[in-house]
Amino acid sequence: MDQGVLYFPSKPAIIASGVVAGPVEKQSVFAADFDMLYDDERADEDTNEKGHQQMAEQACQIALQKAKIKKQDVDFLMSGDLVNQMTPSNFVAATLGAPYIGLFSACATAVSGVIIASLLTELGGSRYALAGAASQHNSIERQFRYPVEYGGQKPGTAQWTVTAAGYVLIAKGQMNSPAIEAATIGKVIDLQQTDPFHMGAAMAPAACDTITRHLKGRGQKLKDYDLVMTGDLGKVGLSILKEMLIKEGMSKQDVMKIRDGGAEYYGDDEAFLAGASGAGCSASVFFSYILKQLHDKKIERVLAVATGALLSPLTVQQNESIPCTAHAIEISMK
Amino acid sequence: MIVSLVMAFIVGGLICVIGQLLMDVGKLTPAHTLSILVVAGAVLDGFNLYEPLIDFAGAGATIPITSFGNSLTHGAIAEAERHGWIGVLTGMFEVTSSGISAAIVFGMIGALIFHSKGQQP
Amino acid sequence: MDAKQYEDLQQSLSPKPSILKNCLKAFFVGGIICTIGQLITFFYIANFNFTEKTAGNPTVATMIFISMLLTGFGLYKKIGQFGGAGSAVPVTGFGNAVISAAIEHKTEGFVLGVGGNIFKLAGSVIVFGVVSAFVVALVKLILVTMGVTNW
Repeated sequence: MDQGVLYFPSKPAIIASGVVAGPVEKQSVFAADFDMLYDDERADEDTNEKGHQQMAEQACQIALQKAKIKKQDVDFLMSGDLVNQMTPSNFVAATLGAPYIGLFSACATAVSGVIIASLLTELGGSRYALAGAASQHNSIERQFRYPVEYGGQKPGTAQWTVTAAGYVLIAKGQMNSPAIEAATIGKVIDLQQTDPFHMGAAMAPAACDTITRHLKGRGQKLKDYDLVMTGDLGKVGLSILKEMLIKEGMSKQDVMKIRDGGAEYYGDDEAFLAGASGAGCSASVFFSYILKQLHDKKIERVLAVATGALLSPLTVQQNESIPCTAHAIEISMK
Repeated sequence: MIVSLVMAFIVGGLICVIGQLLMDVGKLTPAHTLSILVVAGAVLDGFNLYEPLIDFAGAGATIPITSFGNSLTHGAIAEAERHGWIGVLTGMFEVTSSGISAAIVFGMIGALIFHSKGQQP
Repeated sequence: MDAKQYEDLQQSLSPKPSILKNCLKAFFVGGIICTIGQLITFFYIANFNFTEKTAGNPTVATMIFISMLLTGFGLYKKIGQFGGAGSAVPVTGFGNAVISAAIEHKTEGFVLGVGGNIFKLAGSVIVFGVVSAFVVALVKLILVTMGVTNW
C-alpha cells in the first residue's frame, strides 16, 4: 500500500453539483459553467460572513435540486472554509440538518471533503453525501491580510481570493455519472517558504509530492490522464510545479499540459496578479468545468489536485514558515 | 510660489522613495516601514534638522508620516526646555493632535456612512 | 529537494518587482500628494489667519478628510496598488489605514468592532512615534543638563 493513496472499487459517483459565485467572478473564464452568479458579494446580507454562508447554502441547494434529493435524505455533509473556526460552514450544517464534520485544508478543503464522502460511500455508510467548500473575498482578506479598502501594494505573485462556493452530491456508483476511482490524501510539506503574498511557491512542493505519490501508488503516468489540473497554484506556482515534476523525471511534454484553476480563473487580466485562490477556487472550477468536460465526453479521466496553504495570520507575524498540503481525486467517466 | 510647489513635490517624492526602498529592498511590511520613518522624523528633530527641512520644502516635509515623529518630538522638547523632566511627557501631543484626531473622527464618520463593498482588484 | 535548493528554484521562476519602476511611481504619487498639500496650505494661509508654521495642522486634517472620501469610495486602494509607498507614506496613508479598518469592522458594532480595531494597522505608527519622541526628548534633556549640547 502506498502512503496516503486510496482506491475505491465501488466507484462512488458524483450525481449532482452546485456552483455559485460573486459579482467579480462574472469576469471568470469559467463563469458560463457556474450555476448562479450573485450581483452582491454579500448576497444582500448584513455581514460578509453571512453572505459567505448564504452562498454555500445556495450551492448545496442547487446540487440537491438537480438530484431531486431532499435535505432530510442527506446522510453526511463534509465542508469547511477559511474563516476562523469555519463558522460559515457550521451555520450551513445547522440549516441543512445533516450529520457534519467541519474540515480544514485551507484551499484544498473541497477535495478533502469529496475524499471523506467517497470513503463513507465506499464503506456503505452513506447513500447521499454533500461535499464542498466556499470562500468569500472580504471575509478572508480581512482575516488573513488587510482591510479590503486598505491601499497596500500587492506584488505580482499575490493572488485574488474568489467569492465562490462549490458542492457535489456523492452517491453509490452508478452509470452516466463521473466516478471517483481513487484519491490521495496530501502530506504536509514545508520547504520554509515564508511569504504570504507568494502562496504559489509555498504550495507547489505539496502538489508535486501528492501527484508523484498518486501516480506511483496507482502505477500510472501523467499521460494516462486526459487532464491534470491543480486548484490554485496561480501562474507562478504552476510554473514552479512543472519545473519540479520535470526534475522528478516526468516527461516534459506531459508536464507542460498540466493546468491550474487559479491561473486560468480570470484569464489574462493583470489586475488579478498571479491568479485566483481561496477554498472556493478549486471547488468552483472542479465542480463545474471539470464535471462538464466529463459529461460532454471531452475527457475520460482527470486528476484534480487541490492545494492549500496551512498558515494563519499569527504564524505570519511570528515569522513562521508556511506548511502546505494538496489532496487529489481521480475522476473517470466511461 | 511655483518654487514651493516644486520643492514640496521633490522632497515629498524622495521621502516616499525611501519608503518604497524599505518595502521592496528591505522587504519590510508597510507597518514596519512607516514606524521606521516616524522614528526617523523624531530623531531628525532631536538634531534640529527637521524644522529647517519644513522651511525648505513646506508640505513636502509636513505631509509625509515623518512629520508625526517630528511634531511629537518638537512638542516634547519644547516642554522639556520650559519645564524640565515632566515636560518630556506633557509636551508631546500639544503640537500634533490634528493628524491623529482627524483620523479617528473621520474614521468614525467613514464607518457610519460607508461599507466595504463592490470589490474589484 | 531541500529548502535552500527549492528557494533557488522558486526565486528563478518568480517575477521580481521592478524596484526602479516602483520607486518612480512612489516618487510621482508621493510628490503629487505633497504638492496638493502645499496648495491646501497656501489656501489656509491666504484665506484664514494661519501662518506658514501653523497652517500644517488644518492641512493635515484636510488631507485626511480627503483620504476618508477616497477610501470610502474604494479609490484609495487603486492609488495604493499603483503608488506603493507614494500613497502609504504621506499622512493620507495613515488616514487610509485607520479609516479602512473602521469601515471594515462596522459589522462587529461600534464599540468592539470599530473602536477596538480602528488602529489595527496604524497603531504601530502612533506607538513608535510617541515612544521615539519620548526617548529623543529625554536624551536631549540629559545631554543639555550635562552641558554637552544646547537646545
